[in-house]
Amino acid sequence: MRLVEIDDLQVTFSQHDGLVQAVRGVSLHLEAGESLGIVGESGSGKSVTCSALLRLLREPPAKIAARAMKLGDTDMLGASRQEISAVRGRVAAMVFQDPMTSLDPVFTIGHQIAETIMTHRKVGRKQALAQALEALRRVEIKNADVVLKYYPHQLSGGMLQRVMIAMALSCEPDVLIADEPTTALDVTIQAQILQLIKDIQAETGMGLIMITHDLGVIAETVDRVVVLYGGKVMETGPVNDIFASPLHPYTKALLNSIPGQVAGKRRLTEIPGASPNPAHPPAGCPFHPRCPMAIAACQQATPPLETKADGREAACIRVAPELVPA
Amino acid sequence: MTAPALELRKITKRFGDFCAVNQVDLAVPRNRVVALVGESGSGKTTTGLLALRLIEATSGQILLDGHDISRIGQKEMKPYRRQLQVVFQDSYSSLDPMMTLGKIVGEPLQIHGVGSSAEQRDQVQVWLEKVGLDGSYANRYPHELSGGQRQRVAVARALILGASVLVADEPTSALDVSVKAQIVNLLQELQADIGLSMLFVSHDLSVVRSLADEVVVMLRGRVVERAPTDRIFTDARHPYTHALLDAMPVIDPKARRRRTFLSADEIAARTPRLHPSDLVAEPLSDSAEPQLVALAGSHFVEAIVTEHAA
Repeated sequence: MRLVEIDDLQVTFSQHDGLVQAVRGVSLHLEAGESLGIVGESGSGKSVTCSALLRLLREPPAKIAARAMKLGDTDMLGASRQEISAVRGRVAAMVFQDPMTSLDPVFTIGHQIAETIMTHRKVGRKQALAQALEALRRVEIKNADVVLKYYPHQLSGGMLQRVMIAMALSCEPDVLIADEPTTALDVTIQAQILQLIKDIQAETGMGLIMITHDLGVIAETVDRVVVLYGGKVMETGPVNDIFASPLHPYTKALLNSIPGQVAGKRRLTEIPGASPNPAHPPAGCPFHPRCPMAIAACQQATPPLETKADGREAACIRVAPELVPA
Repeated sequence: MTAPALELRKITKRFGDFCAVNQVDLAVPRNRVVALVGESGSGKTTTGLLALRLIEATSGQILLDGHDISRIGQKEMKPYRRQLQVVFQDSYSSLDPMMTLGKIVGEPLQIHGVGSSAEQRDQVQVWLEKVGLDGSYANRYPHELSGGQRQRVAVARALILGASVLVADEPTSALDVSVKAQIVNLLQELQADIGLSMLFVSHDLSVVRSLADEVVVMLRGRVVERAPTDRIFTDARHPYTHALLDAMPVIDPKARRRRTFLSADEIAARTPRLHPSDLVAEPLSDSAEPQLVALAGSHFVEAIVTEHAA
């Protein structure tokens, strides 16, 4: 069953100095039980894509257009406000980077999780609190009965992110969308949270979309990868293939620029220049100004996303045939 | 033997009953990069601020090129500030949004009264170019820049007075992957060019591996291990260092594995137990409490010294 289907999504924001094109024709899909990584830098459109899918953007200034944008059976473009809020939390739930600003400081953890449960299910407060307790236990919070009565400021960043995951999972969604869930956390806590998400996914069979700028997180958690740059998909494919033999020069450059892969003090391979300005994206391939392989044709037309091998697509006219595995 | 560029001796900082930094010894030799790693709350940032005297130590000494600067007044401190500079993590909040980049980078010259205003303008141009920005950036404002460019400005401001010691507190943590490498390379180039000594405070072990000569690992205000970078990555001895290394994401999806995590108590319970013959120097105390001891190869680890070590 297909849980998410996005076809040619365009998201623009009108601002005083013109139109910002945050997402420029992104297509992606997620099957049941699958985990998909969306990797990209700030401004690549990765978070906007998922916020658009859940219709979390304020419209206007945002303007969303797509050939199709489906979450489960629901057409998220045509759905009414009621239909959209019924889908959120139940079909897809989202966990954000900063748990401190996602939780309300003046209500207890238990109150906030119970509130989510009561919004989506016909249960009373007592039953909802019992389910909230269960949800906290599931994310391996040991003294869950105490934490239920805590306020957000009484918990560490790692614990708060567990609470956010508990809340997201409390209505048993088909898809969990995690937007940089570990970026604000220490490396040991990051490893614990990623392990937790993987364990829960294995146990429930839910779909997972992991949004991150960190290729290490991608390598640790997902089956399939979508690489975004300048609001466009540069490359998609199975995670093993992407890391073993990246097709797109941007993917390759990203992998090469990861520090600390080999021993010794050394110069890192950097990507010269900066990400494109979404208000004035370059003509043609968005990566061509920084691409070591760019030729004149790269700035004339935007390369389409083409199938290069089994399950692998890339939007690049410079992918050499010998790079493509037979 | 020449004095280290920067040295901390038994530096301690208490906030009320809480000891944020506990008897930390640390030395940054000339032309070297020493990385200070640990998690939030380990005291690494506080240690950096103590070294800069941006907060005052409860006890202990700070030596800059062998001169004790721990007790001198702010006025006497001023000449030393030219040598000892800082770059912070968040370039949004550390650059004044109302000032042009030229003013920001040139302000240290003004404060210290270095050169005429024409000479100051020239220096600003020189340094903007040294950090990879066009001289025309002098008329721009911080909000016009990307995160990486702002961090370049922060580096230029820190080094324009000819600083010999730089404390860099997570300077690459807020940056995108592709820009992170640019800033790490810039710091490396400048370090080689002007013979900079650097205390690099970071929780990102992958950057540390590419940049540092020596790594100091902090846990709850104490140094638990200190060794040349390669040894930390190949022959770490303290369980907490192992925990940090083990938590690093592996950039190979085929090497995925299920991790086990140790609690703080389990880490404490695994404090290495060493026989006196394992050490290359006499332990400072003969107590059974964990203490930092010296192993071969400039390697120090917090351990319990006992005749009954396994």
